[in-house]
Amino acid sequence: MVDPIKVYPAKPSKVYFYGTCLVDMFYPDAGMAGIQLLEREGIQVIYPVDQTCCGQPAYTSGYHDEARAVAHAQLGLFPEDWPIVVPSGSCGGMMRKHYPALFKDTSDEVAAAEIAGRVWELTDFLVNVCHIKLDDLGEPTTVAMHTSCSARREMGVAEVGPKLLGQLKNVNLVEQIRAEECCGFGGTFAVRHPEISGAMVSEKVDTLVDTGAKEFVTTDCGCLMNIAGYAEKNQKPVTGQHILSFLWERTSSGGEQS
Amino acid sequence: MSETTHGSSHHSAHHIDVKEFHPRARAAIHNPQVRQNFRKAMDGLMTKRKSAFEGWDLETLRDLGANIRMRALASLPDLLEQLEQKLTENGITVHWATDGDEACRIVRDICVARDAKTAIKGKSMVSEEMELNHYLEEQGIEALESDLGEYIVQLAEETPSHIIMPAIHKNTGEISQLLHDKTGTDLSNDVEYLTANARLQLREKFRNADVGISGVNFAVAETGTLCLVENEGNGRMTTTVPPCHIAVTGIEKVVPNLEDVTALLALLTRSATGQHITTYFNMISGPRKPNEMDGPEEVHVVLVDNGRSTIYQDDELLDTLRCIRCGACMNHCPVYTRVGGHTYGTTYPGPIGKILMPHMVGLDEGRHLPTASSLCGACGEVCPVKIPIPDLLVRLRQESVDGDKLHPAKVRGHGAKRSSVEAMIWKGWSWMHAKPGLYRLGTSLGARFRKLQPGKIGAWTQYRTAPKLAPKTLHERMKERGQ
Repeated sequence: MVDPIKVYPAKPSKVYFYGTCLVDMFYPDAGMAGIQLLEREGIQVIYPVDQTCCGQPAYTSGYHDEARAVAHAQLGLFPEDWPIVVPSGSCGGMMRKHYPALFKDTSDEVAAAEIAGRVWELTDFLVNVCHIKLDDLGEPTTVAMHTSCSARREMGVAEVGPKLLGQLKNVNLVEQIRAEECCGFGGTFAVRHPEISGAMVSEKVDTLVDTGAKEFVTTDCGCLMNIAGYAEKNQKPVTGQHILSFLWERTSSGGEQS
Repeated sequence: MSETTHGSSHHSAHHIDVKEFHPRARAAIHNPQVRQNFRKAMDGLMTKRKSAFEGWDLETLRDLGANIRMRALASLPDLLEQLEQKLTENGITVHWATDGDEACRIVRDICVARDAKTAIKGKSMVSEEMELNHYLEEQGIEALESDLGEYIVQLAEETPSHIIMPAIHKNTGEISQLLHDKTGTDLSNDVEYLTANARLQLREKFRNADVGISGVNFAVAETGTLCLVENEGNGRMTTTVPPCHIAVTGIEKVVPNLEDVTALLALLTRSATGQHITTYFNMISGPRKPNEMDGPEEVHVVLVDNGRSTIYQDDELLDTLRCIRCGACMNHCPVYTRVGGHTYGTTYPGPIGKILMPHMVGLDEGRHLPTASSLCGACGEVCPVKIPIPDLLVRLRQESVDGDKLHPAKVRGHGAKRSSVEAMIWKGWSWMHAKPGLYRLGTSLGARFRKLQPGKIGAWTQYRTAPKLAPKTLHERMKERGQ
């Protein structure tokens, strides 16, 4: 599933920012952090105002006409050939990996394939396109990281998050056992099979707590609301944050969220 | 080769309702012994697989495996004809079965013709598909499993919970108790002692069995060779000691050339049990020849379709048939690890079961199978022949809600999961998200009135707190910034 060879573009002057619906509604701070990290790298960020959702929830539920209608509404948002960066492995994976199949044999086939080829997961883009150098301004801390399955297996960016965290001199990154195992989110899976999903997330939280870290970061908001939501409900001593929020907070001189 | 008719099966007494997935899952989740047995076993298997592939260019090898299987499937009808011809030249009798019931009758007829009363069996998942043991018993023919795991499962009157390790759901203590109850061995945690006792029981059966029944891992078309991979030597005894050997296999197991077996075998044993090679690898190319000292007088092959040729007709679903039955997908599946094999209620459990069984039992019976996945992709990542299992799960989900305008559903039992309420919800969702202005209005109203957000949202908040709407959406924040 992972690209055998990834050809990264040269660092561009402009990018499109595709925020995703979960970031839009629940974690806009993570979106702002991602935008500011890109801007600090000297990149102008274009935020297409008509963006909504990539269509994945309906797609993985099998409702492909409904997914296609929503995805179709996104195809016109990126007229210039700038890269499209997404603060999510899951939505990025939908656009990069599944748009071509979703629009196969339709009049959008060419446009979908062209757009798919320009989609990058944001942390991957920071490391491998921007070659970002981070200067840690934060207090010493220990964190664990959960890489989403889509970031790991669809987008192939499992090494990227630890690389970014490794640049932060006061951050001690610890790894939970079975780090590569799914947290149990899976979109509608979590409500269609609540017991199985619950068993998966409870074990994920246990392994995170076992690392001794008081906080974890992740590339995807689905995993974040699942893992952090379980920890909160069950009063487990670990809290979560999107990795972009964490990176921005530690490397900006305080509170400059605009 | 026609559509399966498995529904009218002969042994309704043993029928498990596949639809009752949820209650079984719930019971397994709340059974600490089941959870522990599977977690421990799967952790061990994952570690073994990883170390077995160390130093190998795994991606290249998987590409090779996938290509061999794809090439074989591309010319499946021709290969099957060639296989039949070569097997026949080798003195092996070839039989064709449309479904499990027909395959059972073929086996029975061979037994009856020889006046056979006892059969010893090597491990075969196709014979599980056929539910052959129960059928033969009903016909007055004793069928005894000789693979240790299968033997245990048979003693316990259960079905395999894993395609490679049928009794993986039991720990040593449980097996010791079972053997004590059923065969009178002493209670013991000494695995060697327990195995030695089982071997003693089985040895006599081997000597006296009228027929040996085995599966097939690879059937080589160019040479008419049946390959059998095993660790206990029971496969070799099953196929050589009794005077008659009957091999049952799915029609997809054929490969063009002998050299294709090399890569597939290397992938199979490492993916399955983390072994570089199994203790036994049997290549069967005919019955005993006039000047030979041993081997069966008769060898038969039953080539079983049971829905495979229907799968074969779809360009995408066809990938399902690449499977070489290593079980790596279940070993790495976070769902299988939590619920175990019996929860699925199907012959093949785990990810491969979820994409294969709907074709055998129908998507109406198997409606919960494709949804019981977080689409994490671990199965596709480890599959030695690169079956895109998550993509096939999504395809089956689409089939189970009755396809779309571009792709009319076609899998048997399609549309069974479509509910008008859910379809309406997705229609509404789609309508709102395809209209940016409406979406922005809706989400900003949500943000403004977030205090009214319900604290409980169905099954989600059974285990987690509800996600909290932000005071302002990213759209609003960017608008304030002048973008």
